[in-house]
Amino acid sequence: MPSWKEQLPSIGSLGPFLALLIACGFFSFQSEQFLTGANFSLILQQVMVVGLIAIGQTLIILTAGIDLSCGMVMALGGVVMTKVAQDYGLHPVIAIGIGFAVTAGFGLINGLLVTRVKLPSFIVTLGTMNIAFALTQLYSQSQTITDLPAGMTLLGNTFSIGQTQIAYGTVVMLAMYALSWLWLRDTASGRHIYAVGNNPEATRLTGIPTHRVLLMVYVLAGLCYGIAALLSVSRTGVGDPNAGQTENLDAITAVVLGGTSLFGGRGIVLGSLIGALIVGVFRNGLTLMGVSSVYQILITGILVILAVATDQLSRKGGR
Amino acid sequence: MQQSRIHLAIATLATAIALPAFSAEPIIGLITKTETNPFFVKMKEGASAEAKAKGAKLLSAAGRTDGDNAGQVTAIENMIAAGAKTILITPSDSKAIVPSIKKAREKGVLVIALDSPTEPANATDALFATDNYKAGVLIGNYAKASMAGKPAKIATLDLFPGHPVGAQRHNGFLAGFGLKSLDAKSNELAKPAEVVCMADSFGDQAKGQTAMENCLQKNPDINLVYTINEPAAAGAFNALKKAGKEKGVLVVSVDGGCQGIKDVVGGKIAATSQQYPLRMAAMGVAAGVEYAKTGKKPAGYTDTGVTLIAAKPVTGVDSKDTKTGLDLCWGNK
Repeated sequence: MPSWKEQLPSIGSLGPFLALLIACGFFSFQSEQFLTGANFSLILQQVMVVGLIAIGQTLIILTAGIDLSCGMVMALGGVVMTKVAQDYGLHPVIAIGIGFAVTAGFGLINGLLVTRVKLPSFIVTLGTMNIAFALTQLYSQSQTITDLPAGMTLLGNTFSIGQTQIAYGTVVMLAMYALSWLWLRDTASGRHIYAVGNNPEATRLTGIPTHRVLLMVYVLAGLCYGIAALLSVSRTGVGDPNAGQTENLDAITAVVLGGTSLFGGRGIVLGSLIGALIVGVFRNGLTLMGVSSVYQILITGILVILAVATDQLSRKGGR
Repeated sequence: MQQSRIHLAIATLATAIALPAFSAEPIIGLITKTETNPFFVKMKEGASAEAKAKGAKLLSAAGRTDGDNAGQVTAIENMIAAGAKTILITPSDSKAIVPSIKKAREKGVLVIALDSPTEPANATDALFATDNYKAGVLIGNYAKASMAGKPAKIATLDLFPGHPVGAQRHNGFLAGFGLKSLDAKSNELAKPAEVVCMADSFGDQAKGQTAMENCLQKNPDINLVYTINEPAAAGAFNALKKAGKEKGVLVVSVDGGCQGIKDVVGGKIAATSQQYPLRMAAMGVAAGVEYAKTGKKPAGYTDTGVTLIAAKPVTGVDSKDTKTGLDLCWGNK
């Protein structure tokens, strides 16, 4: 076991957190409505979908892979769970379960193609991204699914702590982050993911079944997209066939901003939450300031390059 | 034997070459922004019904996403290759598509823009579209009358920066409300003092909700919300409802899709300006067939109409009820 000192984040991995603090500090000076509990609860609600997709994406990026299909699989899950509930009058729990099965199934297909056929994840998920998009459009006939049973949108409801309204979906997201953080940090199967990302060949030689680890990662990621789909449905109150198009790259952005290395094996899942929050804080803060949304895109782009450059430079420094 | 085979080959070849020339069916191409938006689905329906009625052959294609210019360029090339005499196009990128349209017109193809103009507008032979500024003015008038002199604190949930349709609807709305605004040609968004929050919704429900939530943070007293379209309005209503403010706030919108009109019936949206994609497409196909038969080209801008749909009429503003709106709407009824 490493000592508690070794478990503390290094200065480098504090970078994203510092960026978030600086952004928050800046916006609190610019807008008096920014620094309120209600506003922070709101930002958390606004990032919960991307935040959950980013958990799955983090797992895959930790193995030195990437999942371009994440947003589209999420959209498919949302459409499937809402449409089966409506068409067959299924109990929401069963409908949601079917949605999860579909997204996890996509994860399984991605995983099998990566491990058995040995295709690069970029190519596999480029393909499944298109397939998931097309299936979403075909199944929904490109129509938004409305008038959902109340049980499907439960997680969009709020409870209050003092004056602040907090959405149940936010709690789900935070719990998922806590769970995945502990799992990655403290369990053997969690550590195996890092090992596979660092050096798959060496990992295989030590007797760890690398294929099984990868397969598990892709299926779990698919499951995360299913949960994200449920959060999206809860938040908007509809099954939206055009969802996922911006979330697709937003999730990768969040992971990269959070300091997880695109080269695999390095990163903390909590960083992805910070990354998602950075994007959410800019969107919220700039609206409060009355600045065009294009600036948010500009700033996000700059931050992404800074984050990857930092990772690259720190790797070189370590050698 | 050998000779008869050659004869047969020549005959077959001649028939193959001659067939398109003898075919009485003029070919008309329809290129929309996407295959999936209900607005364009309806447009395609209108075009194929009219083509069937007029004995024309309709080819259709689309970009993959809104803004996919390359996809539309490919579609134009393919349609010229397929022998289309008329191309109806909803430009995804009003400027970038112009060179491809120019090439098509140089080959004698009639090109009509549907729904949104190219820049410059005379890059196409004609434009059949909604008057988006007028659509904005109608809901502005309605909002003014509904507010009955109450001071307005307005949030506008716009499309995205630099989009002419977004600017026209926004500025039309403010002009209709009697505020200082810009004219129909402007691509800028006017921002008089009464507008306390402006945010981009990208015409999307989830982003509309986020935008409205942020606006309510900025100014909790907002009592009038203009939205670029009904998905954005539904998102805004969600945000208002979660903040417990859905009662005192007036939401107005533009588009007239079936889901949007249902939201007017359900009280989420007070009024919306309805446009008619089916009519745009039908008129475009009719003009294409006319051109194939007589060589006569349409020119300039044709207004395809816009109607104010409101659940509760207000005095002094002409509106139609939601039943009319549902009869004429596009999307799943």
